[in-house]
Amino acid sequence: MVFFLQNLFNGIMLGGLYALIAIGYTMVYGILRLINFAHGDVMMMGVYFAFYAATLLSLSPLLSAVVAILGAALLGFLIDRVAYKPLRNAPRISALITAIGVSFFLESLAVVIFGAIPKSFLNVFKDRTILNKVLIVAGARIPLLTFLVIFITAVILVVLFFIVYRTKIGMAMRAISMDIPTTSLMGVNVDAVIGFTFALGSALAAASGIMWAMRFPNVHPYMGFMPGLKAFIAAVFGGIGSIPGAVLGGVLLGLIEIFLAAYFPSVMGYRDAFAFIILIIILLVKPSGLLGKKIVEKV
Amino acid sequence: MEKKLSARTNFILTVIFVLFMVFLLYLASKYMDSYKLRVVRLIAIYGIMAVSLNLINGITGIFSLGHAGFILIGAYTASLLTLSPEQKAMSFIIEPIVPWLANVHTDFLTATLAGGALAAVFAFLIGWPVLRLSGDYLAIASLGFAEVIRIVALNAISITNGPLGLKGIPEYSNIWWCYGWLFVTVLFTASLVNSSYGRALKAVREDRIAAEAMGINVFKHQLLSFVIGAFFAGVSGSLYAHWLTTIDPRITTLGPMLTFYVLIMIVLGGLGSISGSLIGAALFAILFEWLRDLEEPFTFFGIHVPGIKGMRILVISAIFILVMIFWQRGIMGREELTWNNLYRWLFARRKGGEKK
Repeated sequence: MVFFLQNLFNGIMLGGLYALIAIGYTMVYGILRLINFAHGDVMMMGVYFAFYAATLLSLSPLLSAVVAILGAALLGFLIDRVAYKPLRNAPRISALITAIGVSFFLESLAVVIFGAIPKSFLNVFKDRTILNKVLIVAGARIPLLTFLVIFITAVILVVLFFIVYRTKIGMAMRAISMDIPTTSLMGVNVDAVIGFTFALGSALAAASGIMWAMRFPNVHPYMGFMPGLKAFIAAVFGGIGSIPGAVLGGVLLGLIEIFLAAYFPSVMGYRDAFAFIILIIILLVKPSGLLGKKIVEKV
Repeated sequence: MEKKLSARTNFILTVIFVLFMVFLLYLASKYMDSYKLRVVRLIAIYGIMAVSLNLINGITGIFSLGHAGFILIGAYTASLLTLSPEQKAMSFIIEPIVPWLANVHTDFLTATLAGGALAAVFAFLIGWPVLRLSGDYLAIASLGFAEVIRIVALNAISITNGPLGLKGIPEYSNIWWCYGWLFVTVLFTASLVNSSYGRALKAVREDRIAAEAMGINVFKHQLLSFVIGAFFAGVSGSLYAHWLTTIDPRITTLGPMLTFYVLIMIVLGGLGSISGSLIGAALFAILFEWLRDLEEPFTFFGIHVPGIKGMRILVISAIFILVMIFWQRGIMGREELTWNNLYRWLFARRKGGEKK
């Protein structure tokens, strides 16, 4: 029971982080039908922003997080303007290849600017007591950090749902995902809304990345690759295009991964392979995902 | 009616061209220094990778990102077969090698064929689930499968030596093996593309649903293209391993990074053009080596610039993005560099003037 509880919390935490990244994928895919390959790398850049804001500018951890989130949002907006906007009317495959190029570019940019050698994110915190605190819940020893991450993720999700479902720009986003030409006829500035979507998704990725780096403090230019891919799988799992689906998919993926690794320790090394096998199974059994709508292809 | 070269002229020109290339290669192998020769050999290896991925991506329209997985299978299979039993016993430090692999030892040709064959078998097995998907999903699923292969290579320590990789692979990939295999790859792919199968593959690329309605078995054709592409990817993997002499399953060596490199080559050369792939591969290899200078310290108009690691990949990816935005067709588009096309490009304009 204690073991179960411990893994349950770990799974929810990991799942929450996946969910935050997956939302960025799902929003962009819902609107542009584009897999934004660079999303995981935007997360990586966010982590570096936070790292340098705290170590070079010696800002407090909280303030560095704010700087990183704003920086990532700006980066996401710029990527859309520079790389994806010129290709709005091009075949979808061109946009996908460009996205791969952007991902590649960000990784090598990070190598050039920040160096290829991994850095420890713990240097961000002068006072590390909060990281080492452990709470005991029904006998299970659970780091305070886990609760903190789950709490912050929940708060961010509430804010996000408010933006998407209760504000004017959220309504515009949902309208664009239905039909771009009609929405633009209604007087909505489509490009501005798409830019905002990229910024919002990137901000979420950066927030997730910072919490990721608190949990796994090894910061390097390729750190965004795996979480990015898995978050995409989470988005497909939940039904791509659907924000509640991304959250559900993320949390389920995190739980499955942690529990498989916990109860079958011999396959620990293959942990990263689970997600892909899950992806193949989902795509074969229910291609539209858990909460997605079925799309029929026509000639 | 456009004037075309006869089949005979075509054939003779091709034979002359091939003989000329052989002569050039002979000169290169005789007079070039070993570093330049290394790049020349790399061009051929990249060429095989690019042509095989182009068959899958450009000609059949399956947007697969799993090429590195097949290259990895070919590289490991062939290396394990050419390494001598003593070398294997020496390099497997973490865990001893499985007994059924410890004493197998073959020549380079058999090893390369085995590498290609195993890659093809894997492509067949992976193709069954993956090719039922389409578009973006297929891209991600194939990338995922390549990653699964890489993760297996990282963890199946008694077969692959895990993260340490294989060392001391004999440098068998000389200029004749590399260009010989490149010739076989191009010849086979070109004949396939020009056969009725090739037309079906192109039909699948243009519109799979319409092709299906015309009676083409889309799945079967896609699987065929996927398996053949994987076979040559496995072959190129074997050549690559015997060129590198050291292989390991890191992201940057035989992982997604390599797939992206090959993707850059075929996009640069033109998706759907075999000759374009070759040009793209050659350009990439040369550019990549030439840009190495950027990572060395140099003096530019009296300003001293320190060497920055990773700069060349940054430059390459920037070029890649610019190509995608401004010049999506790449160098060749979907055209092929054939004698007929050369003839037309050289003389058509003058002809057109006469008609007026």
